[in-house]
Amino acid sequence: MTDAPMLDVPPDAPVKPPSRWRRMVESDLWYAFRTSPVAIVAFAVSTLLILSAVFAPWVAPSNPFDPASLDLMNGFTPPMTPNDFTGATFPMGTDDQGRGVFSTILYGMRISLFVGFMAVAFAMVLGITLGLIAGWAGGVVDAVIMRVADIQLTFPSILVAMLIFGIAKGVIPVQNRDDMAIWVLIIAIGLSDWVQFARVVRGATMVESRKDYVSAARLAGRRGPSILFRHILPNVLSPVLVIATISLALAIIAEATLSFLGVGAPPTQPSLGTLIRIGQDYLFSGEWWILFFPAATLLMLALSVNLLGDWLRDALNPRLR
Amino acid sequence: MSLAVVEGLTRRFDVSKPWLERVIGRQPKRSLTAVSDVSMTIEAGRTYALVGESGSGKSTIGRMVAGLLRPSEGEVRIDGEAVRAPRADVQMIFQDPYASLNPRWRVGDIVAEPARARGMEVEPGALLERVGLRAIDAQRYPHEFSGGQRQRIGVARALSSRPRLIVADEPTSALDVSVQAQVLNLMKDLQEETGIAFLLISHDLTVIRHMADVIGVLYLGRLVEEAAPATLFERPAHPYTAMLIDAAPKLDGFGREVPPPVGEIPDPIAPPPGCAYNPRCPLAIDLCRRERPALEPVGPGRAACHRAGEVRLEGVA
Amino acid sequence: MTPTLSIRDLTVDIPTRRGTLRVVDGVSWDIAAGEILGVVGESGAGKSMTGAAVMGLLDRPAHVSGGTVALKGEALDPNDEDAMRGVRGRGIGMVFQDPLTSLDPLMTIGDQLTETIRRHLPVGQGEARERAVRALEEVGIPAAADRLDAWPHEFSGGMRQRVVIALALCAEPDLVIADEPTTALDVSVQAQITALLKRLCRERGTAVMLITHDMGVIAETADRVAVLYAGRLAEIGPVRDVLTDPKHPYTQGLMGATPAASAGKGRLWQIPGAMPRAGSLPDGCAFHPRCGKAQDVCRRDPRPEVGRAHPRAACWFPVGEGAEATA
Repeated sequence: MTDAPMLDVPPDAPVKPPSRWRRMVESDLWYAFRTSPVAIVAFAVSTLLILSAVFAPWVAPSNPFDPASLDLMNGFTPPMTPNDFTGATFPMGTDDQGRGVFSTILYGMRISLFVGFMAVAFAMVLGITLGLIAGWAGGVVDAVIMRVADIQLTFPSILVAMLIFGIAKGVIPVQNRDDMAIWVLIIAIGLSDWVQFARVVRGATMVESRKDYVSAARLAGRRGPSILFRHILPNVLSPVLVIATISLALAIIAEATLSFLGVGAPPTQPSLGTLIRIGQDYLFSGEWWILFFPAATLLMLALSVNLLGDWLRDALNPRLR
Repeated sequence: MSLAVVEGLTRRFDVSKPWLERVIGRQPKRSLTAVSDVSMTIEAGRTYALVGESGSGKSTIGRMVAGLLRPSEGEVRIDGEAVRAPRADVQMIFQDPYASLNPRWRVGDIVAEPARARGMEVEPGALLERVGLRAIDAQRYPHEFSGGQRQRIGVARALSSRPRLIVADEPTSALDVSVQAQVLNLMKDLQEETGIAFLLISHDLTVIRHMADVIGVLYLGRLVEEAAPATLFERPAHPYTAMLIDAAPKLDGFGREVPPPVGEIPDPIAPPPGCAYNPRCPLAIDLCRRERPALEPVGPGRAACHRAGEVRLEGVA
Repeated sequence: MTPTLSIRDLTVDIPTRRGTLRVVDGVSWDIAAGEILGVVGESGAGKSMTGAAVMGLLDRPAHVSGGTVALKGEALDPNDEDAMRGVRGRGIGMVFQDPLTSLDPLMTIGDQLTETIRRHLPVGQGEARERAVRALEEVGIPAAADRLDAWPHEFSGGMRQRVVIALALCAEPDLVIADEPTTALDVSVQAQITALLKRLCRERGTAVMLITHDMGVIAETADRVAVLYAGRLAEIGPVRDVLTDPKHPYTQGLMGATPAASAGKGRLWQIPGAMPRAGSLPDGCAFHPRCGKAQDVCRRDPRPEVGRAHPRAACWFPVGEGAEATA
């Protein structure tokens, strides 16, 4: 060698690589977030709702499922009005059994969010795995997976969920039904939702697997599974994040719909949907608050999460705007 | 000493429509022969350059030599052993400095992978310093580097499993001239220092001439001429080589007016009979349309042309 | 005589959230009728931005923030999209690197040609079709009359670029701006396209601004060459003078870095470092951090400019002339 290789470094380059924190602060995503009022409001609302659901036992004035704290005399108290018999005041009124609607909503949201998150997580794992396999293997494997997905798409997702629910009902013994109901709900909603994850991941996998860094990984001696999960997976995740956010909103609504139809969360573990179903019985007798507040909460939750997802999609794909 | 021997290498690709469409449309299976019957020898510590236009099969040969692609017929042998899968001692440098580095990985991990995946010890910082970057750059991500710096990272990665042969597939065609010079110099330095052999694949005759010890000219998947640069550029034995040399823009060709070459590269799915170059060749005779010439010794090199002795350059080299 | 294109102190800015980037910084030149000006530079040097600015095709938020552009003595406002739409075609023809971006995939070749001709020239449908056939024949497309009804995807890459050239020239513009017209093509087709461009423009007296990174194409095609560095004009002059006797150290480095057919097998010239990014240019001459002969005056404003520093080069210490530093 004749002389040392010339350092190919601009003179003003900083010596230390930027920290994770600096990277985050300077990132385009953070900038897009800071400058979007919709995103900030949607984020604030959904975070507030999620946090108050998570910390319901500390936030809620009473535990609506603890019979000891209930007083039937409190039944049908209108919001912000002292009860005629006990003089107790409830911010959102009470239902027929004297449970504070505010507290039932906080506890109900826990169930709704739990089902929503778990269903999306299930759909994500299933969809990403099948999408990666289909996109990587191609040929017959791809064709089979994607045809199954096509067939799945021809059924409305609520119908799929109800079908699964019906089958589960036949299989699970009666005494376990209430305990299993939540899990059946999660699987039912998750199964009806994996297709879009699979489609997006399959497409992205096909694009990524043609890139040279994948050839380089093969040259390095890596094989299929290792390349798929260590190299390709991290690069197909950003569209997944967008779909997951929007799916969360849809899953929460799907859960509410199923519970409203009576095939979802049991009355012993009421979700927002169950609360709405209970509430509608009293709508025409004048106790509007029993329906109104759970419904308004569902709307706010679904809307804020959905807006967040929409914003994320635009922020990650500037060309779509 | 010959390091890699390529013998009768052929690769066909299935280019039929998807199965269902083909059956419904009653179309036959179609295949494209990207590489046919290529034989060549890469010497240790030397640079063998493959030159050709699009569809010449040069990248396909490179991927077969690197073990990324199985030949349909023939084989690549290294130390007498057929290449069937990627090997530690054959690595690659890719064309696109953006797509060839995983954007989610730190540079240090990228550079070390060929060694680590095989359980070899490696010092990423030292590799980066060897290609003119800093050891601390190992902590950064690819997007923090310019195209030229990324290509150096690609070179560092190729070095990490201590290869004896590096397949460089258009390593500089995405780079600016001054950056290209840096990468070409780096490749030369590494060759002098460690005796690495290169299989350099390029469409750029000036790069080829600057780097190569032996040049192979490909046309439509076949080797049509092979010679040392001095011979090839002074007295090409194949009319296609002569056309390429004449057509390439010259730095000192001020106001040069050469009659431009005729025609374009034919459809590789249905190549013309006989010599594939015959429809564009000014020297073509009936024999060329009927019978494909074999690659035979012509002067100090080899050429596949019925009229090899009569080829002339238009301009003065 | 009035030059076909005259640009003076052309400046293009891109406002971003991290400040304004000046991607073209005070570029001036003339192109006479029938003359081919080659514009070379590395990526980020501003050559495509200069071309897009003259055509009025800058993508927002990039805009012309200073200087003038005049076509045959008439001032243009490159920021006025409506006015520029009228100028393109009749005044300025365009050829881009990727022919597919210039052709409408949903229109036949003939329709695209006749539409362009009729929009700019006062001719009827029949005559427009005849002219379209002639235009295709001129660019060497065999059986032109039959191919009028063909779609862009039915042509090969080289043939498509011929159609694009026919399209650029069919309204008989005074100026053609060709941005990397042969970069995507194979060597043999590249030679056909440059020869074609050269011949047609010579015959019609069209002025050409040929933007490319390929010094060889410039040498064989251009009459004069402009070398851009970091958005600024580094050197401009007759192509033979600039390439064989460069006055700017950057041009010299660029030539040294190009593997030449005649040169030996030694090391190529390496310009240390990389071109500074727009927005982080140093004071004075933008090239001084990479220049072996930089003096204090090079690091200070005002920066050297063509004409003031040297008739051809923007350098205080032109290569091979008197005031060489001994460092």
